[in-house]
Amino acid sequence: MEDQFEDLFDIEGVKKKFMFVNRKAPYGTIYALEVLEAVLISAAFEQHAAIVFVDDGVYQIKKGQDTKAINMKNFSPTFKIIEMEKEDADEDPDMDMVWRIIVEKESMEARGFTPDDFVIDVEVLSSAELGAFMEEQDVILSG
Amino acid sequence: MAYDVNGKVIEHDEEGYITDISVWSEDLANVIAKGEEIDMTSDHWEVINFLREYYEEYQIAPAVRVLVKAVKKTMGVEKGNNKYLYELFPYGPAKQACKIAGLPKPTGCI
Repeated sequence: MEDQFEDLFDIEGVKKKFMFVNRKAPYGTIYALEVLEAVLISAAFEQHAAIVFVDDGVYQIKKGQDTKAINMKNFSPTFKIIEMEKEDADEDPDMDMVWRIIVEKESMEARGFTPDDFVIDVEVLSSAELGAFMEEQDVILSG
Repeated sequence: MAYDVNGKVIEHDEEGYITDISVWSEDLANVIAKGEEIDMTSDHWEVINFLREYYEEYQIAPAVRVLVKAVKKTMGVEKGNNKYLYELFPYGPAKQACKIAGLPKPTGCI
């Protein structure tokens, strides 16, 4: 009985590769905000994570958002937490957590953006590279 | 529902979180803290100020894990733990401290 419970609560070793795929514009639907919350939660459990922006999802991290006219909170500053978590994980040798922040090249270029247009530092991968990287993931969540 | 701060009326929701975060003041924080039966000390203010600065920058309240880490950094290892935060804010550091700091109710459970 006791052993059984020990197994149940032994989550120490559970580590998966999560990919969060952001595909939608930041406002108008709740998808972007919900995915962001899920990413922040996965940090608390020290999971590996790739945060990906494709299609209109690249607008989520566009600099200079002004949401006053639509009466919504501009949550683009919150993405900086992701960057901070990634830096913490990269710098702390005791922390076994690899995070990558990725923008798909084709989506970025189709909208006339360069990496300088984003509120956080990103890696740019081509659609083909991203597809191959997707194959390596344990869990893919898209919104 | 509202708080009375030196005769000024400040609206809040059914749980005591103020509805317009721009009207926050230290006097208001003291009024809210009194209602929570907390005597504000410099240790409490340290946490409240950190929460407000973090919210200002990231537009979201920090995870408790992040709060603990920040307290450890600024106030020393002996204070950088959950127990210390619960001593300051017995009904949950996130919920109670955010209420006093004038921030929206956090989505987490403590």
